[in-house]
Amino acid sequence: MMNLYGDRGNVISIQKRCEWRGVSVEVTDVRLGESIRPTECDIFLFGGGQDREQALLADDLSGSKGADLRSISSEGGVVLGVCGGYQLMGSHYETADGEKLPGVGVFDLHTEPRKPEEARLIGNVLVRVPLEDGSHREILGFENHGGRTRLGEGAEPLGRIVSGFGNNGEDGTEGARKMNTYGTYLHGSLLPKNPWFTDRLIETAIRRADDTFTLEPLDDETENTAFESVAGRVRRG
Amino acid sequence: MNKTLENARLSVAILAARSAMLASRALRTGGGSTMPGVVSRRVDPKVLTKLSKRLPGGAAAITGTNGKTTTARMVSHILRTANMKAVNNSTGANLVTGVTAALVADSDFSGKPRSDTALFEVDEASVPKVAAEAELKLLAVLNLFRDQLDRYGELAYLGKIIASSFDDLPPDGSVVLNADDPLVASLGRQARKAIYFGVEDHSLDMGRLQHVADSKSCPVCGTDLVYEAVYLGHVGLYDCPNCDFTRPEATYRATDIRFDGAKGTSLRLSTPSGETEMKVRLPGLYNAYNALAAAVVAMEMGVALEDVKGGIESFGGAFGRVERIQAGDKEAFLLLIKNPVGFNEILRTFVAGEGSGASHVLIAINDNDADGRDVSWLWDVDFEMLADSGDVREPFTVSGIRAGDMAVRLKYADLPVGSVIPDREKAIKSALEATPSGETLYVLPTYTAMLEIRRTLSDLGHTHPFWEE
Ligand SMILES: [Zn+2]
Repeated sequence: MMNLYGDRGNVISIQKRCEWRGVSVEVTDVRLGESIRPTECDIFLFGGGQDREQALLADDLSGSKGADLRSISSEGGVVLGVCGGYQLMGSHYETADGEKLPGVGVFDLHTEPRKPEEARLIGNVLVRVPLEDGSHREILGFENHGGRTRLGEGAEPLGRIVSGFGNNGEDGTEGARKMNTYGTYLHGSLLPKNPWFTDRLIETAIRRADDTFTLEPLDDETENTAFESVAGRVRRG
Repeated sequence: MNKTLENARLSVAILAARSAMLASRALRTGGGSTMPGVVSRRVDPKVLTKLSKRLPGGAAAITGTNGKTTTARMVSHILRTANMKAVNNSTGANLVTGVTAALVADSDFSGKPRSDTALFEVDEASVPKVAAEAELKLLAVLNLFRDQLDRYGELAYLGKIIASSFDDLPPDGSVVLNADDPLVASLGRQARKAIYFGVEDHSLDMGRLQHVADSKSCPVCGTDLVYEAVYLGHVGLYDCPNCDFTRPEATYRATDIRFDGAKGTSLRLSTPSGETEMKVRLPGLYNAYNALAAAVVAMEMGVALEDVKGGIESFGGAFGRVERIQAGDKEAFLLLIKNPVGFNEILRTFVAGEGSGASHVLIAINDNDADGRDVSWLWDVDFEMLADSGDVREPFTVSGIRAGDMAVRLKYADLPVGSVIPDREKAIKSALEATPSGETLYVLPTYTAMLEIRRTLSDLGHTHPFWEE
């Protein structure tokens, strides 16, 4: 698993849920100036930062690192971009100072800064995520972003907002998805709150090497209780 | 404008402020600590500058994410011990209006302050405004951490804002900076006169950066800093491998730090006018830093080393956000959790390590506005370090609106999860019951959970704290 400036809760969640099933995990932190090793990893986590860091990251991703990320994604690799990482996976990202940072271009979307009269979008979020078999599942998280993300023609959202703001607080979409690459504003921390989604990433990643693989179920009572107590509150408003 | 007229305006401003204060008290509307500031500034926008200029010893301000209240109180206590009269603003009134209100309340109607000096704690973002108006002789910056409330706030930007105020200090004004916090130390490059303080004790090294590190890259060039020792968060002994930025040499130093659990900390203080051993009656490294900063500010305000020692050693009444409450034949020890760094400090001081006696622990996490609505910071707390230490003897009880998230966090750190009781009242009652006679229950609540638990303890008749904030 490769961790690019990511959220610690997400890393721990993948690590523990693999470990509990006897699947060994190695976490590699990729820092500024270091390159991605596309063939050595099964899951790529991509976090982000504050405006100043975003500029550094955008610069860092402008060369081979960004190109690697694009090819990993287009070949069906498992990538999760959160918050600043999600924003930088679009075509471009504009900072509060009006600086236009180029994105990796995995998703057909871009992010604009909030207007002075607009507030940051902050709070608990509940999202309905469509699955391949036509059913839906929910993911829960917390968002805190000033930027407004606009999806392009060819972009598919990760899901529809049940409660919260999502991409821009206007069109009811949250995040983006393209094959096994996911982008979302939900942190807080996303994966520990949504074990089914964590398992989906793990299973997809392992199946790319072994298509007969299925994950053993775990006892998720603690996680489910936590999810329900917050989701219930969020649904009630 | 004519001087008599300016003085008259000042008197009217003070008078208006007094009436506002009396009115808000009579009406019990609250706001008594900032309202007079708002009113007097409306009458005379220069009221703060005028009053500050008349303080014989000038004004000093303390800012930073953590510890400004405790440090400001320590300095006030030291000054009092040294027979200097200083005016303070109250906690919760640390914007320019609160600072103005404090000075107005300290002045007579002719605009003459009763105190010799002023010592303010100032919110980080309000520093430029206060510095521009209050003629600060001294501005101390303790540390800059990302607050849980503003996890994605702009830390570097905050540094920039604070540094922008340096030009507004009078020519003899100086800036006191924590050498061990890279971002804070880097601000010294923009100051006319910077005085640095720091801790030099390799035994405090955590061995690795805590996961809450906010500012581990060089504030000048962005390269990852190399640490010789990490004390807490991003604070420690560091150097930039790429540019000329390095930890500045500290003229005030704390060495030989020894923790004695809840009883406090002892350290050796080295200053330009000598060295001394002293005991700080507050627990943890945090408070060692607070005491060190307080010593610098007091000495730079003219207090002698022995008075500083006396003041710090007798400071214990204002136990920063820690309360010890007798509950029948048991004790409850309330330690407020504000952010991951503070949480790690509490775990290190009370739960892990030799000689600590915390076997009975209740953690209560709320997510109201005052607690921080985003609980993702729980994942930045180093529970893994605690699990590795093997010092957890009894499963923790968890409570609060986000009890479920806390339980998940413990589960993923391989720590045993005990009872999960979201209701604060039920949780504290049950945890007290489970604590054997003669032993201490450690309660680790976020802000609003602390208020709820305190209320329950008080309803149970346990109202006499040994120490209180
Ligand atoms: Zn550097």
